[in-house]
Amino acid sequence: MKSLEELAAIRDRMKNIVNTREADENNIRIAVGMATCGIAAGARPVLNAFTEEIARREVPHVTVTQTGCIGICQYEPVVEVFAPGKDKVTYVKMTPEKVARVVSEHILGGVPVAEYTIGAAQR
Amino acid sequence: MQELSMNLLDIAQNSVAAGSKLTEITVLIDTARRSLVLRIADCGKGMSEETLRRVTDPFYTTRTTRKVGLGLPLFREAAETAGGKMTIRSKEGVGTTVEASFELGNIDLPPLGDVPGSIVNLVQCNPELDFIFRVESDGETFCMDTREIRGILQGVPLSSPEVALFLREYLEEHTENLLKRSNLI
Ligand SMILES: Nc1ncnc2c1ncn2[C@@H]1O[C@H](COP(=O)(O)OP(=O)(O)O)[C@@H](O)[C@H]1O
Ligand code: FES
Ligand SMILES: [Mg+2]
Repeated sequence: MKSLEELAAIRDRMKNIVNTREADENNIRIAVGMATCGIAAGARPVLNAFTEEIARREVPHVTVTQTGCIGICQYEPVVEVFAPGKDKVTYVKMTPEKVARVVSEHILGGVPVAEYTIGAAQR
Repeated sequence: MQELSMNLLDIAQNSVAAGSKLTEITVLIDTARRSLVLRIADCGKGMSEETLRRVTDPFYTTRTTRKVGLGLPLFREAAETAGGKMTIRSKEGVGTTVEASFELGNIDLPPLGDVPGSIVNLVQCNPELDFIFRVESDGETFCMDTREIRGILQGVPLSSPEVALFLREYLEEHTENLLKRSNLI
């Protein structure tokens, strides 16, 4: 079983990455809508999938967090991606399965996955 | 909500919104008594008498207009349809405790689901706040306190994905056997 001692090792390994991450102006923020309707629609597994993907690939400069009600219940789970100097990208009806592609193409590759965005959903 | 752990996450978000610096989340399982209790206790701003009356008025459980809020009514509905009830104690400037009981084995009892996932979401998304997570299951206890974890992390934030991933696996391993008693009846 995992013990909290292992956390000390993770801390030492992460110290460098993490210190640059939060302060860095290149920081990309992934925010998952966690209002009641978001949670009911499945926001939690989406947030967990982003966390896992970012952690496993040790992607620097990315934080995964929550946001409140964004007023578009019918599109939940909703994920907003804020990258410095770029327009906000809003992904809708997100699922854990869609997460790997968003991370590799958008977060790492810089090109949003158009077909998952609210623009595509409204068309 | 498909899982009670989603209600748990949602109700704990109320505590975060109320400015609670330390929120205690407890899961109590007593199979002999066929009892499951979920409790969220915070030291946030509390509710005014007017708000408390509004959120405990059964009339509002069936009204799901946005203005009233959905979280507490959904939690209460989950408890009442599964042979239990929800109670709220709140005092302005002191804090709020929301507790829901459920009858284990009740045919309408939703699964607990991913409790560790909900706890880690809370911790990861509110890295400046503290949480205590307790599970008591037929006399066996598990407890995690983010103040202890913060001490180990020495400035590495609780929001780090690597830390969140570790915590999820850590909680899963340590609570799996305790939590699964809730569906053994
Ligand atoms: N822990 C708490 N502390 C203070 N106020 C609370 C708390 N939980 C709920 N409330 C009050 O009750 C209201 C209804 O809560 P809820 O049913 O979850 O709906 P919502 O969170 O969408 O408003 C909240 O808006 C808030 O005013
Ligand atoms: S209540 Fe659904 S997005 Fe706000
Ligand atoms: Mg709420």
